[in-house]
Amino acid sequence: MSLLEVHDMTHYFGGLRAVYNYSLSITPGQIRGLIGPNGAGKTTIFNLITGVYHPTEGRILLEGEEITALEPNQIADRGLGRTFQNLMLWRYLSVLDHVKMARYSKLTYGLMGAFFGTRKRVEQEKATDKLAMELLDLVGVAHLADQIVTNLPYGAQRRVELARALATEPKVLFLDEPTAGMNPEELIQMMDIIRQVHREIGMAIFLIEHRMKVVMELCEIIQTLNFGEVIAEGTPEEIRNDPKVIEAYLGKEVEY
Amino acid sequence: MTTDSVSIPNSWQRFRAALSRFWQPYKTVPLLGWLLAALVAVGLEQFVGLPLAWVLGMSKIPALFGLVVALDNPILFPSALLFMILIYFLPMGIVARFTKPLMNKIAARLMEFPLVLTAVVHLGLMYAVLHIWGEISDYRILVARLAMIAIILTLSLNVVNGYMGEFSCSHPGFMALGAYVASTFTLVFFVTENKFGEALLPPALGPFLFPIGLILGGLVAALGALLVAVPSFRTRGDYLAIISLAFMFIVKSLFENMEIVGGARGISNQPNYASLPVVFVWTVLSIWIINNFVRSTMGKALNAVRDGELAANAMTVDTRKTKMVAFLFAAFWAGVAGGLFAHVLRYINPDSFGIRKLAEVLAMVYFGGLNSVTGSIVGAVGLSLISEALRPLDIFKWIIIPIMLILIMIFRPTGLVAFTEFNVEKLFRPKDREMEGGESVIA
Repeated sequence: MSLLEVHDMTHYFGGLRAVYNYSLSITPGQIRGLIGPNGAGKTTIFNLITGVYHPTEGRILLEGEEITALEPNQIADRGLGRTFQNLMLWRYLSVLDHVKMARYSKLTYGLMGAFFGTRKRVEQEKATDKLAMELLDLVGVAHLADQIVTNLPYGAQRRVELARALATEPKVLFLDEPTAGMNPEELIQMMDIIRQVHREIGMAIFLIEHRMKVVMELCEIIQTLNFGEVIAEGTPEEIRNDPKVIEAYLGKEVEY
Repeated sequence: MTTDSVSIPNSWQRFRAALSRFWQPYKTVPLLGWLLAALVAVGLEQFVGLPLAWVLGMSKIPALFGLVVALDNPILFPSALLFMILIYFLPMGIVARFTKPLMNKIAARLMEFPLVLTAVVHLGLMYAVLHIWGEISDYRILVARLAMIAIILTLSLNVVNGYMGEFSCSHPGFMALGAYVASTFTLVFFVTENKFGEALLPPALGPFLFPIGLILGGLVAALGALLVAVPSFRTRGDYLAIISLAFMFIVKSLFENMEIVGGARGISNQPNYASLPVVFVWTVLSIWIINNFVRSTMGKALNAVRDGELAANAMTVDTRKTKMVAFLFAAFWAGVAGGLFAHVLRYINPDSFGIRKLAEVLAMVYFGGLNSVTGSIVGAVGLSLISEALRPLDIFKWIIIPIMLILIMIFRPTGLVAFTEFNVEKLFRPKDREMEGGESVIA
């Protein structure tokens, strides 16, 4: 059975059809890619599945349960973690606090714990500290835990965002252009981290990418999107040679 | 010309270097040492203060560290300054310096006990200092109590305007709700001579049941906050500022038109329950609880909501609930502060909770520093003292304080002590260990 299923999802922004008849099925542990030219609707699909927008039509199922109408925080709690295309880190929070924040829904000490510092709170905060440090260690920024996040170099910020997404214990991890704006060296490191995370935690990964190198090397199955519609789906090899994909990216050949 | 522009920073640097050399031995004085020094100073003032004031040509001890004298009677300012040096600075410096090793040892020993005990020792000393300081005049007690109430208010507003990053204007409204509810509570139950008729309970119970009145006032204020929060937290932006401002005026005119609580004339004759220790305990309680809250992951969710609501939501944070809770929580403390305020002044009318109060609290928050418990304390105490010091200037006070605020906004846009964490444990720690390494390097 597939872990995450999307059936015939369509979304309109006013009169603009952003996504049309989109379907998806991810099995546990799979790495999938979503590519397409700028403005094809890739990020919109992410936002629809993670609940930022609610689709005009269609259904989204996680482990057989409908999550279409849930709020983003509920969906995240059920196991869809994500990163953002243009880093959405919190300006004044430390690196450690970023990762701890993603444990919000797992903390059960409640308001009384927050107000009065009960023993339960102290224990839970301590356990969360430990877990957060492990995740930061996994992505290789544990030594920066006390830093305010805006003081970090770009590559490290990306890693913090990844660690934060991992802290939500995702069953499917959504990565929105994880290597955007990186230099070739950082790109290789990021790919290694994604591989390592996948190996150690084993969740499914669904990623948007513009760099063909990343998608082709990481993904098992790739979908290509153009004007909100899937125009091709298959293994990297199939996608690379699909004339429709080439057309979408490079344009049609014109006979003179 | 060029030599001038070079020599000015140099002399400034020399001054700073001299200052830091002077300050060096005091850096390792723990809080305990400072408290003991302050205790000695206020004790000294108690015994030799009045004769010394006479000798220096003043009729009485300068009430607020010579601040009021400075403008009220400038000719006496030098003697007030001398008084401050002889009674406060010199003895405090000497005591702090010579008890340093002992106090560091005691502080280190105290750290082995639970934090609560350490806190109680420090707070006990702090209260003793405040109490003895207040023995000198009733004016001091009044100022101290109002400053502490200002701390509660500022801190609670900082939760909304600083930590959560929304702009709320309804704090005077919440304060009014708390003040009226608590006043009605004490007047109905414990005071006979008023329009509510006979006291329903023996007045002797009053001081013990007073907290119930305050909490009741806080809860009603939180209920009022719910009315503001439900419509305004559906979206982000300026909505909260507008709705909360409207709420403040609605509350004000509500009480103006409620004859049962005196209408525009207000209510008076509240029993004198908000004494110095009572206000002190409530202030400590509010600082403790609010600080606990903002340091927990649940409280930091407020910062996450402020700095990026979309990301917070995607990281399992229930942003709506977080905002609601924080707003209601802040309103609760504003209500408690209102209740205390009513029982300190023992007279309130709807006008006490208008736009001027709002300006005062907002100024304290932005003066002290956003997103910071220390900042709120600094802002509340600082502006309370400044506003007392400027009292002789009457209306010009309201020109000088805004100008100060503008200057703060220009040079430190987030306030004096913004974006810091208030770590109680660190505050109580002995200071000699961490400094030893640094000192030896300098030597």
